[in-house]
Amino acid sequence: MPFQPVILATDALIYLLVLVIAGFVVYARRQPHLLAPWQQVARRRVAMGAWVVIVLYLLIGLSDTLHFRLADGQDATGQTRYATQVVSLLDVMTGSLRERREKTYSAPFATHLYSKEMVDLPDGGQQRLYPALRYGGQHLAEPSDRAWDIAWRGLLGAAVGFGVFVLLLLVRYRCRMTTLCELWRAPERGAGRSAWGVLAILCLLVGAVISLSAVYHVLGTDKVGEDVLYQVLKSIRTGLVIGTLTTLVMLPAALLLGTMAGYFRGWVDDIIQYLYTTLSSVPGVLLIAASILVMQVYMSNHPAEFTSLTERSDFRLLFLCLILGLTSWTSLCRLLRGEALKLRQMGYVQAAQTLGVGHFTILWRHIVPNVMHIVLIVIVLDFSGLVLAEAVLSYINIGVDPNTYSWGNMINSARLELAREPVVWWSLTAAFGFMFVLVLAANLLADAVRDAFDPR
Amino acid sequence: MTAYLIRRILYALPIVIGVNLLTFALFFVVNTPEDMARMHLGQKRVTEAAVQAWQAERGYDQPLLWNAAAEGWQMLTETLFFTKSLKLFAFDFGQSDSGRDIGYDISQRMWPSLALAIPILLIGLLVNITFALLLALFRGTALDTWGVVLCVGLLSISGLFYIIGGQVLIGKLLKLAPISGYDTGVQAWKFLILPVVVGVLGAIGSGTRWYRSLFLEEIGKDFVRTARAKGLSEMAILFRHVLRNALIPILTGLVVVLPTLFMGSLLLESFFGIPGLGSYTIDAIQRQDFAIVRAMVFLGTVLYILGLILTDLSYTIADPRVRLH
Repeated sequence: MPFQPVILATDALIYLLVLVIAGFVVYARRQPHLLAPWQQVARRRVAMGAWVVIVLYLLIGLSDTLHFRLADGQDATGQTRYATQVVSLLDVMTGSLRERREKTYSAPFATHLYSKEMVDLPDGGQQRLYPALRYGGQHLAEPSDRAWDIAWRGLLGAAVGFGVFVLLLLVRYRCRMTTLCELWRAPERGAGRSAWGVLAILCLLVGAVISLSAVYHVLGTDKVGEDVLYQVLKSIRTGLVIGTLTTLVMLPAALLLGTMAGYFRGWVDDIIQYLYTTLSSVPGVLLIAASILVMQVYMSNHPAEFTSLTERSDFRLLFLCLILGLTSWTSLCRLLRGEALKLRQMGYVQAAQTLGVGHFTILWRHIVPNVMHIVLIVIVLDFSGLVLAEAVLSYINIGVDPNTYSWGNMINSARLELAREPVVWWSLTAAFGFMFVLVLAANLLADAVRDAFDPR
Repeated sequence: MTAYLIRRILYALPIVIGVNLLTFALFFVVNTPEDMARMHLGQKRVTEAAVQAWQAERGYDQPLLWNAAAEGWQMLTETLFFTKSLKLFAFDFGQSDSGRDIGYDISQRMWPSLALAIPILLIGLLVNITFALLLALFRGTALDTWGVVLCVGLLSISGLFYIIGGQVLIGKLLKLAPISGYDTGVQAWKFLILPVVVGVLGAIGSGTRWYRSLFLEEIGKDFVRTARAKGLSEMAILFRHVLRNALIPILTGLVVVLPTLFMGSLLLESFFGIPGLGSYTIDAIQRQDFAIVRAMVFLGTVLYILGLILTDLSYTIADPRVRLH
């Protein structure tokens, strides 16, 4: 099917980030001193298990980043016409989830709506009862078969997932059974074992969920009947974007100003210190609120600059990253300044100065590479906090655009549903659950990364 | 000491001025008052007269920095910068966009905020230090390992979950405390139970982990080894040597947040319907009341800087080795 790629602003930054990481990996493979701390991380069992979970999230997030517009027919001149709606690879992969909309709330695995409605009976009369769903569980001949059907389909999917896992294992160890046995026996391979263990669990789960979601709403549906599983999957990209891009958009400024302040001292130091002290003195939430309010005014007064709804919400997401970055940038800058103050006393820096090397060459060649471990630690440590912050900000209405899928928006719209009778708990639980798994994995990995890279 | 204090306050002044200029730029230069008026009144079908009237009513009809139409000093004083921004330095917050006196509102709403924030701070401190001491006592054992794992798990849970979970579990299912609301005077304690419990619970993970690392740092020091060599019991070491020395960073960490307690907790107050400054700010953000947000940004900054100065002072009191010049 022909398609036309669309690159939104955040997409471009994500591609750039992926390229930089790929470049670093290629470069670091030949540099043992760069590889050593990563190997130390790889020996930690908990960290490797967490890493597998994060990779799954990253894959889903990346597949949601590949945006394009599908062709929908041809116009009079024979040119292919493209739909106005921008979709991502994830949308295509989960196509049926997105399209199978119910009327309103339904519980996970339900076959009927959660509330009673007036329904026209075939004989012409009317009765208040629970109407059947349009899609969920409608393949069942008898509603009483549901439990067996769920168990059977779940097992089938899990079996396929396990097959995929065994395949991966065989590919990794090139079908040598002896290496496979060693993997389970040798104690020093503990980290690899925990990674494969987590992968096995994930394969089983994903397999079962894919198989079940073909005919059920595994996590129920929300107020307008949209599948909750689809919503949480779409929210992954928003969470990841906020967690990573926020630190990265302000990274060049923090790196440059921080090292400059520490290296040059004097009036440069004074100005830069004044700048970040002023910014960090404003309470973070209030600065974000003020900036978002100002941006809302700007956007409502310049509607022409944002052609589509997708662009509009993407711009807001990027702006939120910028503002969050502006508030979190200052602590990184202070750390970098302190480190640069220490480094400028080092013998190799003084030698370079004596030899007449230019100041900015020294900064680039001697100072910046030696503060990168701090940058990495801060990026990893900030990640989980930023994912959590997104939810809080969306609740105060200063987070991402209300049209963007995000865990914060899901929680915000679902929090009044707890007052309903019967309680609508599934969207809230799904959002909290997915967020918790990502943040926990990120925290566990961050601990290992900090231990490996922090010389103290 | 006095000289140091005066110098610190003089250092703080340019920062407050910087924040003041920043908020002025954000609220008046990037978006003109006319933009604000149009947004409040609706985008398309609004007459020029209505916009003018909205601005005049709230005093937004003056020029930004220089009033050429006025005489003498009034060329400077009858400007937006003077009336809206400089007056903040005298803690004259003016009127909100809906016409209420912001200074009066703040003085009224400060007390519920404190009534919530102080118990959370004290109880949280007690609970976190107790747990952290327990983990430090059993360091290196399975209890410590699993305790830390539990802490990481607890701090990975969204703060919103604690609030919503607490409301459903304690308020709705067990009916132990009212879900939200507030009362005047002493009667308010009933309404404070649930938010205090939730506030303390939500901070246990990060707090315990942080205090544990402080204690472990002290345990590794030479004087602890000496104390152990003298034959002191582990409990005596923990309380008399480790806890007392770790109190310095703990106390100074507390002092820095003391002034900001006035600002209240944004989430807890708005979820539990407590009429403090936190919910005041949130309401202002949601109503897009720029005057209140501007006032709160300024107040928050001043309190934060005050906290930093107090921290430096508390160092000299808590740690005799520190001398300020």
